[in-house]
Amino acid sequence: MIYEILNMNGYGVYVWSSFVFTLVSFSILYSVIKIQLNKELKVFENKFKNLEAEKAEIAKKQNTYKGILVKTSISKI
Amino acid sequence: MLNYFNPSNTLKIINKLQKVVFALFFAVLVLGLVEALILSPEDYKQSDSVRIMYVHVPAAWISLGIFTTISALSFGILIFKNKNFSLITKSLAPSGFVFNIIALVTGSIWGKPTWGTWWAWDARITSMLLLAIFYLMFMLSWKIFEQKDKDKAIKLSSYIAIFGLINVPIVKFSVDWWSTLHQPSSVNVLKDTTIHSTMLVPLGIMTAAFALFSLLIFLMKYNTELLKIKNKGLDRL
Repeated sequence: MIYEILNMNGYGVYVWSSFVFTLVSFSILYSVIKIQLNKELKVFENKFKNLEAEKAEIAKKQNTYKGILVKTSISKI
Repeated sequence: MLNYFNPSNTLKIINKLQKVVFALFFAVLVLGLVEALILSPEDYKQSDSVRIMYVHVPAAWISLGIFTTISALSFGILIFKNKNFSLITKSLAPSGFVFNIIALVTGSIWGKPTWGTWWAWDARITSMLLLAIFYLMFMLSWKIFEQKDKDKAIKLSSYIAIFGLINVPIVKFSVDWWSTLHQPSSVNVLKDTTIHSTMLVPLGIMTAAFALFSLLIFLMKYNTELLKIKNKGLDRL
């Protein structure tokens, strides 16, 4: 049974390599985009921590910043 | 309607959607892989090599669909001067490009046992390669000009996408217009579909999985682009 699935009537090399290439491409793309996203979150977090208290309070009240802050460690402070 | 794409409104929705889309994608992909690799029947002519269709065809469809969307939105960017559209097109491009590469590579792998060659300058393959070049030019225009002159990056990438739209019907109808190694399409919306339901079901499931993956990547990339803008906004507070 397993041999049949792997061999696929002699076409196993072609079929499996196509599926593996697809899944590896998915993993690479997901990882690259995830790294970019985390990098920007990190930049945001550092910038926010260095903000003056008054400016930080203004930012916290704005809806767009609230959404980002939930994803950072600042929200847990 | 245009306000729906306003970064302020979408940021919260995107964060929640990402997890849901990832879970859905994973479930549909597992189901699709079981259907495509184990449950679906072999072809009477191509035997088990036909299973490559379940990754090759959805990848080609989605890369073509994404490029068409990018081109349509590019008209919107130039006509309505809506900068949110440029964020959307920029976020759609990476997944479209990767799907394009997947279609080319898996097509090449499928070509060896079926046609006896890895590559042929056949109209469909050549126009798909041209599509990959358009994707590459689109992404490069952002990479090169975004830091120096963002408006130039938006305009140039929009022109590339609109110019590339000429290639889309060529990809779609190349198998009807010219005598190519590719067979005419088996799945049709307006005409009868000639593919058997036992193969159509896994093809549909894999297409859904690929569409969910491109949605997931789009949401993550769009989120990244919004964060870049917000980071600049913090400097101006």
